[in-house]
Amino acid sequence: MSSALRVEDLVAGYGATVVLDGLSFDLPTGGTLAVLGRNGVGKTTLLATLMGFTNRHRGVIRFGDRPIESVATHRRNRAGLGYVPQEREIFPSLSVEENLLVARRGGGWTLAAVYDLFPALKERRRNSGNRLSGGEQQMLAVGRALVGAPRLLLLDEPTEGLAPIVVEALAEALARIRDQSVLSIILVEQRVDLALSFARDAIVLDRGRIVWRGASTALDADDDTKHRLLGVAG
Amino acid sequence: MTVRPDMSAPTLAQLRLGAGRFGWAWHVLPWGVALATYFVAGAYLTLGTAALEMILFTLSIDLALGYAGIVTFGQAAFFGVGAYAAGLLSIHVTPDPILGLLFGTAIAALLGLVTGVLILHTEGVTLMMLTLAIASMIGAFAAQAGDLTGGDNGLQGMQISPLFGVFPFDLWGQTGYLYALGVLFLWFVAAWRIVRSPFGRSLDGIRQSPRRMRAIGTPVWWRLIAVYTLAAAMAGTAGSLKAQTNQFVGLDSLDLLVSGTALVMLILGGTRRLYGAFVGAAFYVVVQDLAAEFDPFRWMFLIGGLLVVMVLFLEGGLMGVADWLHHAAARLWLGTARK
Repeated sequence: MSSALRVEDLVAGYGATVVLDGLSFDLPTGGTLAVLGRNGVGKTTLLATLMGFTNRHRGVIRFGDRPIESVATHRRNRAGLGYVPQEREIFPSLSVEENLLVARRGGGWTLAAVYDLFPALKERRRNSGNRLSGGEQQMLAVGRALVGAPRLLLLDEPTEGLAPIVVEALAEALARIRDQSVLSIILVEQRVDLALSFARDAIVLDRGRIVWRGASTALDADDDTKHRLLGVAG
Repeated sequence: MTVRPDMSAPTLAQLRLGAGRFGWAWHVLPWGVALATYFVAGAYLTLGTAALEMILFTLSIDLALGYAGIVTFGQAAFFGVGAYAAGLLSIHVTPDPILGLLFGTAIAALLGLVTGVLILHTEGVTLMMLTLAIASMIGAFAAQAGDLTGGDNGLQGMQISPLFGVFPFDLWGQTGYLYALGVLFLWFVAAWRIVRSPFGRSLDGIRQSPRRMRAIGTPVWWRLIAVYTLAAAMAGTAGSLKAQTNQFVGLDSLDLLVSGTALVMLILGGTRRLYGAFVGAAFYVVVQDLAAEFDPFRWMFLIGGLLVVMVLFLEGGLMGVADWLHHAAARLWLGTARK
């Protein structure tokens, strides 16, 4: 099976500091990968490094068949990396629709498809970006990534700080994205059960290294590992 | 009923200045005043022309600083270079005003492109210092290159032929005023369209988060260079206009004070509104003239005081005040209409 993403011996961080200390993993086309771990182990840094926001010291990032580790951020996006950052980063001065239009690219999701996935956004499409709830902002951030024609979607803690009922709705939408498209998805999450039920494979990070890898179902069944690496009560 | 501008009420979104069925009326107002000035200004027409030129120059800063967030204090470099280019063309090549205007605009744009490539990978204070440094260097060069620029004496001997071969630039500045107004109008329409285009929206995004714009595939550096070049071209046009309507270019057109004054005008009027540049520059020129007549030595106190009050108490400048009045009037009107 072909790879959507292949990371080899990736060492990266901020300035001289090393946060990711030699990561290697492979994500097949159409695959889903959960990236788990306690706070501060490098999950967000991993996604930021894939987008080119950090200082890479060593290693290769192969997207499809081309190495992209030295490619400018906007070209990585154009090549098909869609990024939904933890901070969401909605443009407050633009309306919901303008937030989508500014990122739209041929071959990406249409606005109608995004509104179909997130009906709340359609209702609020004339509202400015700073008048949205946290959940709506997250939906908009996901929608904005989808209209940019991604082949690999990077989601950084999409459910953080959201009410349980909103988390449920968002998880449903993410599952629809996963099932209805040929996207590959990397999901960084603190909610272990949500991440493991969403993704086929999982890796667990600790201090910048991969300390566990395998099928999500295997990790889900392994209470001892979950407790030891993630602090989840068994 | 209390009358307060509550921006969150959705009905008021449609009551923004310039929106709705009678929105066009708001556009007629400033341009109508500008046109009427031609008929009533008399001896003040040259002052009016200077105001139009400053409006265009301030507009160029609104594009670069207001929309794209490029912290520039060196915009006068493009104004002055445009002025000198138009002046030199009229002396050495052709007295035609349109060609001079295009030449001044093109040279300023070229300078914007070259310096933009050199400095726009930086941001914040670094960028600000670099824009200042470039403007200072160009000013120093113009002062030294006396053979080309006339140095301290300024550029002498400009001849401008009649506009379209018909309308001479007369002593009373009538041709000059309408010429400047026409050019300003063309640039204004262009700017209006640009800031509402996808390109303009992407500038809005870049100002708020360059990192995010990169992550959605925007070549941020090139967009900044494009708008910087555009703003330089616009400033160059303003400088060319000034050179042609005065038939003289002095070193003061490159002075950092020109950049500073235009920044004050922009803040007075309100940033990111386009009409803010319009209202702010016109207001400044009129107040300065009145205040200087009243007290030629202390008028800067008045301008300074106005600026402090504006920045501290009136967010959005004069356009913010206009919004507020408009909201208040609309609410009163809606209130009575419902009864």
